[in-house]
Amino acid sequence: MNDYQSSLGNAESRKFETFSYLPTLTADQMRVQIQYIVDKGWNPSVEHTEPQHAAGSYWYMWKLPMFGETDVDAILQEIENCHAAHPDNHVRLLGLDNFAQCAGTSMVIYRGQTV
Amino acid sequence: MAKVYDAGVKDYRDTYWMPDYTPLETDLLACFKITPQEGVPREEIAAAVAAESSTGTWTTVWTDLLTDLDHYKGRAYAIEDVPGDDTCFYGFVAYPIDLFEEGSVVNVMTSLVGNVFGFKALRALRLEDIRFPIAYVMTCNGPPQGIQMERDILNKYGRPLLGCTIKPKLGLSAKNYGRACYEGLRGGLDFTKDDENINSQPFMRWRARFDFVQEAIDKAEAETGERKGHYLNVTAPTSDQMMQRAEYAKEIGSPIIMHDYITGGWTANTQLAQWCQDNGMLLHIHRAMHAVLDRNPHHGIHFRVLTKILRLSGGDHLHSGTVVGKLEGDREATLGWIDIMRDSFIKEDRSRGIFFDQDWGSMPGVIPVASGGIHVWHMPALVNIFGDDSCLQFGGGTLGHPWGNAAGAAANRVAVEACVEARNSGRELEKEGKDILTTAAKHSPELAIAMETWKEIKFEFDTVDKIDAAHK
Repeated sequence: MNDYQSSLGNAESRKFETFSYLPTLTADQMRVQIQYIVDKGWNPSVEHTEPQHAAGSYWYMWKLPMFGETDVDAILQEIENCHAAHPDNHVRLLGLDNFAQCAGTSMVIYRGQTV
Repeated sequence: MAKVYDAGVKDYRDTYWMPDYTPLETDLLACFKITPQEGVPREEIAAAVAAESSTGTWTTVWTDLLTDLDHYKGRAYAIEDVPGDDTCFYGFVAYPIDLFEEGSVVNVMTSLVGNVFGFKALRALRLEDIRFPIAYVMTCNGPPQGIQMERDILNKYGRPLLGCTIKPKLGLSAKNYGRACYEGLRGGLDFTKDDENINSQPFMRWRARFDFVQEAIDKAEAETGERKGHYLNVTAPTSDQMMQRAEYAKEIGSPIIMHDYITGGWTANTQLAQWCQDNGMLLHIHRAMHAVLDRNPHHGIHFRVLTKILRLSGGDHLHSGTVVGKLEGDREATLGWIDIMRDSFIKEDRSRGIFFDQDWGSMPGVIPVASGGIHVWHMPALVNIFGDDSCLQFGGGTLGHPWGNAAGAAANRVAVEACVEARNSGRELEKEGKDILTTAAKHSPELAIAMETWKEIKFEFDTVDKIDAAHK
């Protein structure tokens, strides 16, 4: 029988919603998930935050959502740009569904120093 | 010319059988499956159903002449064979919207499934479907928050929600119960759930439960950094007590409460749903007693009707059956009522048992909850059948894990995320499920042991209530 490793004192226990219980997605797997957002017709949007403020609904938008952007490389590039500008922050990618008026999906791609 | 009073008994069909009638956009339409007593003509019995569920009674009365019955009466406008069953037929009835109080599913159902179900000339009667006109839908309050609001409140996107009903159903103390919730939530669940028969018994009064469970939620949220909830069941002996429990749940910071909408009653449910909307609370709906009403193919009320009743009365989650677990549920029929819960417009589709187009306008949708005898091996099929806008609930499939329910929860969370990742990559979940789970289990000892524990469990009994088709 294994003990379940999770505690308030260990910042490694913090999770990041969708896909955070899987091993970190490889570059190829990430491309596939971004392609899925594009294929769904959702608008990619990059957001980031200081780790201590991750619990709130609003993270900082990195520029405006990429309305109509369908080039996976261009989307990856903006994620990289955001990460380069804010290397200590969490960075997430959302697919905004304007018909549902809700994010269709959201995944954290870079993790800062978790608190 | 004014009518003359003529006492006595007339055939129902003289007044209520109108095969040339074209239903109005504002009419409420109903499809009944009618099993008549021997020798009663179809038109007469369909007309009787229309009459007894609207303005008619067994004899002519003088007061009929004080009103315009041609305006208010229900009209039987069509009959059809039931595929594969000669003992019964479908009767279609149109009811003018003026017959019903606005915003009251209680009033609608008191007419449609009232006295008529005990009518002697019928051997059996089943309400198969109702078309609620958009004009009527707009008078109902509907789900308190809806699917998108729930996602924004809880910060859950791009995957099904994950829950667990706490077991044993009865007999845990409040502190032990909170422990079971905490373990599930810290392991990766979004929700834990009161079982339906947990109200406020001597072994665990409601207020003690609410306090301990909320402590469990608060700690699990701090530990995982994710938002969590527990469906606090506020179903109570009186609606005053129900509201008292709801108010306390809000006071301590619970995001969601729960109600049993059939045993608790639709008046109470509609009141609670309105309160939830006004107070920013989510409402999970259980459906105890539904199978008493909906399982017999010849008598009762089909679940797709009970689904529409709930969406109008109000609820953010509704149990839908799993298709694959331990409880009854035909796949196509289930897909039909899942659409009825979530979509804004559902087209007539006899292959799914849907008899009418249904327009919900801007009314929010309800999240279907799959619960009952499911475990990790079912995950690929569940994600495929239900999609992201669903809540998958593993009770025994979480708590029965050999290492406890934190591990059980983690196993389910890894499995659901692996299935979503695979689906988004274009893989066929039901065909490749074993491979997808086996690969994910390489990184999750919790999932590996769960797969080993439940590999032999199947629930392969035939469905009792099938879609009507010429298969018999």
